Amino acid sequence: MTARIGVVTFPGSLDDRDTQRAIRVAGAEPVALWHKDKDLKQVDAVVLCGGFSYGDYLRAGAIARFSPVMEPLLEQAKAGLPVLGICNGFQILTEAHLLPGTMLRNNHLHFICRDQKLRVENAETAWTTDYAAGQEIHIPLKNNDGQYVADERTLDELEAEGRVAFRYVDFNPNGSQRDIAGVSNEAGNVVGLMPHPEHAVEPLIGTGRTDGLPFFTSILKKLVNA
Amino acid sequence: MSRTPLDTVEHAAATPDVELPWAELGLKKDEYERVVEILGRRPTGAELAMYSVMWSEHCSYKSSKVHLRQFGEKAPESDAMLVGIGENAGVVDVGQGYAVTFKVESHNHPSYVEPYQGAATGVGGIVRDIIAMGARPVAVVDPLRFGAADHPDTKRVLPGVVAGIGGYGNCLGLPNIGGEVVFDACYQGNPLVNAGAIGVMRHEDIHLAKASGAGNKVILYGARTGGDGIGGASILASETFDDAKPSKRPAVQVGDPFQEKLLIECTLEAFREKLVVGIQDLGAAGLSCATSELASNGSGGMRVTLDDVPLRDSTLSPEEILMSESQERMCAVVEPEKVDRFLEICDKWDVIATVIGEVTDGDRLEIYWHGGKIVDVDPRTVAHEGPVYERPYARPSWQDELQADDANKLPRPETSEELKDQVLKLVGSPNQASKSWITSQYDHFVQGNTVLAQPEDSGMIRIDEETDLGVAIATDGNGRYAKLDPYHGAQLALAEAYRNVATTGARPLAVSDCLNFGSPEDPAVMWQFAEAVRGLADACQQLGTPVTGGNVSLYNQTGEAAIHPTPVVAVLGVIDDVARRTPVAFQEEGQLLYLLGDTREEFGGSAWSQVVHDHLGGLPPQVDLERERLLAEILISASRDGMIDSAHDLSDGGLIQAVVESALLGGKGARLIVPDGLDAFTFLFSESAGRAVVAVPRSEEVRFNDMCGARGLPVTRIGVVDGDTVDVQGEFALPLSELRETHEGTIPALLK
Repeated sequence: MTARIGVVTFPGSLDDRDTQRAIRVAGAEPVALWHKDKDLKQVDAVVLCGGFSYGDYLRAGAIARFSPVMEPLLEQAKAGLPVLGICNGFQILTEAHLLPGTMLRNNHLHFICRDQKLRVENAETAWTTDYAAGQEIHIPLKNNDGQYVADERTLDELEAEGRVAFRYVDFNPNGSQRDIAGVSNEAGNVVGLMPHPEHAVEPLIGTGRTDGLPFFTSILKKLVNA
Repeated sequence: MSRTPLDTVEHAAATPDVELPWAELGLKKDEYERVVEILGRRPTGAELAMYSVMWSEHCSYKSSKVHLRQFGEKAPESDAMLVGIGENAGVVDVGQGYAVTFKVESHNHPSYVEPYQGAATGVGGIVRDIIAMGARPVAVVDPLRFGAADHPDTKRVLPGVVAGIGGYGNCLGLPNIGGEVVFDACYQGNPLVNAGAIGVMRHEDIHLAKASGAGNKVILYGARTGGDGIGGASILASETFDDAKPSKRPAVQVGDPFQEKLLIECTLEAFREKLVVGIQDLGAAGLSCATSELASNGSGGMRVTLDDVPLRDSTLSPEEILMSESQERMCAVVEPEKVDRFLEICDKWDVIATVIGEVTDGDRLEIYWHGGKIVDVDPRTVAHEGPVYERPYARPSWQDELQADDANKLPRPETSEELKDQVLKLVGSPNQASKSWITSQYDHFVQGNTVLAQPEDSGMIRIDEETDLGVAIATDGNGRYAKLDPYHGAQLALAEAYRNVATTGARPLAVSDCLNFGSPEDPAVMWQFAEAVRGLADACQQLGTPVTGGNVSLYNQTGEAAIHPTPVVAVLGVIDDVARRTPVAFQEEGQLLYLLGDTREEFGGSAWSQVVHDHLGGLPPQVDLERERLLAEILISASRDGMIDSAHDLSDGGLIQAVVESALLGGKGARLIVPDGLDAFTFLFSESAGRAVVAVPRSEEVRFNDMCGARGLPVTRIGVVDGDTVDVQGEFALPLSELRETHEGTIPALLK
């Protein structure tokens, strides 16, 4: 038995096939979900991948958040279904209020693509147990709207509850408040981050590191051991 | 409805004396007369619109055709060629049942007028050419040329172009893996924005632009047609800029990358279900081009009802609909029983699709509007039988003087200190500096198959996850060399791209080119063009790499001043196992550095002569294509057999530029020893072609030397990977930190 992990394709999703590949590399079974699907095909977890859903017109993630597939997703995420939002997926999760805060345009006003250093702040979420708390990893980052912002009170709460899952190290690439690269919900089943772990799962490809693979092995272990 | 009668074919025949605005549409008098002769009457307004755009320089290649024939006539025998020149893009066999299509095109003029949209739609256009062949696009590359780096207008053009390429390409999900950025005052009013794309498919999936089978439906799908880009091909791309004329901004198209992404997915899904008989993208000349090319390449004629074209602006006239260059549109020919399924797929992707006509068993292209026949032409006369000019050409009077102004006689550094200063000046000059400020605005990682991306010598993409088969692409084109000698300059462009592909371990297979020149009406420019084409065709023949397609961009000049002749050459290569690729970065301390090839005193057109003396004169480096071939074979073998851990080709900036780049990328320094028989200056700055620097693990030293010796390639040990300085023994040592600051600081400082 392995875990079945859904990957949603919205119009304009770009990293859906890459994410499916990462899930396969980790040993799980990827399941393609279409944004018009009204059910989640009984998957054990879902990844909302990167891209420019609906061209990011209006606001990144703002239109995708109303796709039919989001209805069962919201319901089940609140009931504990593990959900990972990467980049545009993170933006969709904040638009859907599954995660707090929002993303503004990068403070330098340019798209940025780089090999980014991160610190894993919380190694206890559904998607991070294969990391050690405090571990530093390198994962590709590529976005236009990656500046994480929230009001001070929310930020303090996130810090106090250990819900800042990842922080940028050495260089803040987009002006995110408190160097926040990713956050989780209270229960730790929903995680969102701007960098792209699915682009760091094979030694030959991209930056040549596999620092992103533990996202997918973490969830696999959790699901298989459950 | 307008009050004037519709200009139907009947009406045109009955009113022979009506004056038509052929000159405003860019046609010459004799060209208009030729149209009248073909039709046996005056053209209708709609016909005139079609002929004017399709016979424009941009679409008809009327000035370049007679020269471009050489690419076919001199094409080397190649088993790899599956589809050659003339289709949307060429296709080559890369083994294991895979075919790769690739092409480079220009979007120069629009990018000067409106940098963001001009560059964005350049990417959009080349990508649609790739889809139209049946392939999934897998990567893009962008060779760019701008005016002087410190000119105020460069600050307007460059950031816009870069944001446009990124904004469009990133949103399509195509990794940007290569290209170049060059600054030179000659491109001040005429920046070059070339865009290349690669696509991958199985052999059986190759599609062609032809409409066959009477009764088959012609489906227009994608964006609605608007008033943007009208006359883009005929007015923008086929004339020089002139301050006296009104702004041409409305002739630039506006891109919607989200729509294009949907178009890609929906087209590929239709291909997978074998629903498509023929396909053509709508680029330059829009529907005029798509209908006339589809019809003339097929077996029958075509009938189109223009009223069925979905419009963004309901006031458009039929002429405007035919000329519109609205982006993100494609035209497919589909069998009647498959139309429903095709439309269903379009609906799934929220893409508007409309049957606008059908293939007929006649041989005419007929277009109807409000019930009247407004076009009735032989489509071949529109698409293929445009005018062909034998433009006069002559070696310019200044060429001898330019070549006599020998760069080898320029004052050279006299002390070690001066040598060191010039090295710093070189690696920090805009052309030699790191371009990461630009390339970091492009997504390199999407699709998860990028093995190498800029600043590597070539971009490399894995195309099969099981076998690790990959393809590599490099683009090069040194306008300074081509100005000094267009024939050899074009060959050097090919040689460099060929070498760059081989340096990463891939075997060069085929060529695409984008030939950027001034006005063909100037005999000196035409001579440059003729020489460059002849040089490139001869070199392709000798290296066994056929030209599969490409693009010509003329009229890149402002007033009397033409750009440097700039033939940009893209070479595509294949690598059986991407795990064997060779990167630029130094990998391990202690590895031995070898210089492959011969170093001569060659400074004509060099980066050193530009940076230190602001000089352009003399002759470019010698071309030795047999040597290039041998060097490539050695680099490929060494990569395959694990004899080298890093490699970098030597080109502009010479050896020191290459070593500094490898050192900075690897974070490891180098100790260099000037070889016997060379002075330090020549060793560091010469731009002799046919050379590369490789790092060899000590365990491989004997084997590597034996291989070079046995095959007769000169090889010189020049040092070792070591420390945190670039140390030229007996001359100077520069800390990596200082080199990094110099090399990486220039571009951000200029563009902030």
